[in-house]
Amino acid sequence: MEPTIQKLVHSFGSLADLGQEVASTGDFDEMVRTSLHLLLGALAIRRGALLECESSGDGLECRAVWGLGEDFAPPLTIDPAEKKTLLTAARGISLVYTDAPEVFAKQRDNLRGQGIEMIVPMVVRGELTGLVLLGGKASGEPFSTDDFEILHAMVRHIGVGIHTHRLLGQLEQRAEENRRIYEDLRTIYRDTVKAFAAAIDIKDKYTQGHSERVGKYSEIIAREMGWNEEAVEGIAIAGYLHDVGKLVVERDIINAPYRIDAKASNELNRHPAAGYEILSPIHHPYADIPLMARHHHERLDGRGYPDGLKGDEIPLGARIVTLADSFDAMTTDRPYRKRRPFADVLDDLRANTGKQFDGQVVVAFCRAICKELEGEIKERRVLKMLGRNYIESEQIIPALKELISELNSNNPPAAAAGV
Amino acid sequence: MGEATLLPVRSHCVGTIAVVYASDYLNKLTGERIERECKRQLDSGCRALVISFCDTELVNSIGVSILLGIIDVAEKNGARVIFSDLNNQTIQLFEMLGLTRHVDLARDEEEALLSLSDFPSHSAATSH
Repeated sequence: MEPTIQKLVHSFGSLADLGQEVASTGDFDEMVRTSLHLLLGALAIRRGALLECESSGDGLECRAVWGLGEDFAPPLTIDPAEKKTLLTAARGISLVYTDAPEVFAKQRDNLRGQGIEMIVPMVVRGELTGLVLLGGKASGEPFSTDDFEILHAMVRHIGVGIHTHRLLGQLEQRAEENRRIYEDLRTIYRDTVKAFAAAIDIKDKYTQGHSERVGKYSEIIAREMGWNEEAVEGIAIAGYLHDVGKLVVERDIINAPYRIDAKASNELNRHPAAGYEILSPIHHPYADIPLMARHHHERLDGRGYPDGLKGDEIPLGARIVTLADSFDAMTTDRPYRKRRPFADVLDDLRANTGKQFDGQVVVAFCRAICKELEGEIKERRVLKMLGRNYIESEQIIPALKELISELNSNNPPAAAAGV
Repeated sequence: MGEATLLPVRSHCVGTIAVVYASDYLNKLTGERIERECKRQLDSGCRALVISFCDTELVNSIGVSILLGIIDVAEKNGARVIFSDLNNQTIQLFEMLGLTRHVDLARDEEEALLSLSDFPSHSAATSH
C-alpha cells in the first residue's frame, strides 16, 4: 500500500475510533484518556497531555497525561491574551509552538524540558474548551500540513465530547435543582394542607384534630389496600381536607352542644358541596381531592348526600374517607355523647357495611388494626390515635378477625384502585 | 468483551529476555494488558523485550500509542525492544509512523533471540 494511502487509512481509523469513544456515555475521565491515546497513536506522538479550560475563569485542569514524567507540571491558568492566541491558531488550523513567546511563557522551560513542543487549541462554538500539549513524532519528522489538519479534526472531536459532557452535567444539575424545588413545593403544599386542616378543626372546638386523624386513617386504609405511595399521599390529603366546607358553616351550628335540628342539619350538610367548591379551583398534585371532599357523606345505599350516589358511583377514595370520618366520629367524645366502646364500633361497622360503608374498605381497616395489635406493624398509628386502654387486644383481635372473615365471605375482594 | 473473559497475556522468559505475545487485534483493552505485562517483566529485571506479533493482524492507533509507551519505559530502564513476526501491513505502518527508529524488527522470535544473544541467557524459563 502506498505510504500516503496507508497514512490516510490509519488516520481515518483513528478518527472512527475517536468518534465512537466521544459518543460513549461511560466514564468521562476514561473517555478523555482514551481520546488522548487515539490522538497520539494517530501520528505516533510519544507524549502529550490534555487540559480542560474552566467554563468560566482562567483555570486549567489536567485531564489526561501520556508519556510524561511524574514531575510534569502542567500550566494551571491561562490568561485572556493566551486564549486569544490559541483561538486565532484554531481558526487558521495552525499549531502554537511552545517556544513561541505568546503562550505559557513562564512554563516554557518546564514544557520544553518534558519534550512538549506544541499546543493544539480545542475550540467548540468559538470558545476555548481546552488544549492538547504534544511532544514530537516518533519518526522525528516535523509536523506536516496534513498532520495539522488531522490533529485539529481530532482535537475538535474531543472538544465536542467534553462540551457535551459539560452540557449533560448542567442538565443533571438543573434536573436535580428542579427535583429539590418540586420536593420543597410538595412540602409546602402538605404543610399548607395541614394548616388548613388545623384551621377547620379550630372552628369546631369539640372535634379538634379530627381532620388530621381522618387523613391518617385514610392513609392507613389505602396503604393496606395496596395503593401506591403517590395515591396514599393523595388520600391522606383528601382526609385532611374533607371538612374544608365547614369553613362556610356557621360556628354556632358546628359547636352546638346538643343534637341540632333539621334546619341546622341542612345547613351543616352543605359542607361537602361547599368543600368541593373551595377545592375545585386549586390545582392539586393528586387526583380527585375535591371529589373525595364532595362525596364523603354519600352512602352505598344511595341515602347519603349531596348527590345521593350509590355503590360504585361513589369514588373509592371517598368511600375510604367516609369510613375514616365515621370511625373517628364514633371513637372520639362529642359534646352530646361520650365515645363508644370499641366493640360497639365494630358492631356498627358490621351493621352498616354494604349500606354506608364499603365492605373491602372496612376489611382493610380491620386488617390494619389487627396487624398493629399483633405487632406485625411496628408503628402503632391507629392505636396511638385511639389512646391507651381503649382497645382490649385479647377480646378485640378475635372480634376483628371474625368481622374480616364475615365481610370477606359476603364481599369477595374487589380490584384495588390507585395501585 | 469484558477483560475477565480474555485469555491472559502469553509471555515467557529466556534468561533476562522476556518474550511477550501481542493478541490478534492490538487495541485499548489488549494493549493495556500487554503494557502491564511488559512493565512487570522490566520491573522483575528483564533487560530486553521481544514483542511477538505472530497472532496480530491489526494494530490501531491506541495500540501504536501503547507500544510507544512500552518503548519509552524500556528506554528508561536501559532495556532493548525487538518486535518480531510482524505482517507486511504492520511493518509498513510502523515504518511510516517512525516506530522502527526506536526498535529493531526481527523476522521471528528465534531471530530476535539470536540478535540478543549477548544478553545473559539461562535455561530456566518461566511462563505466564
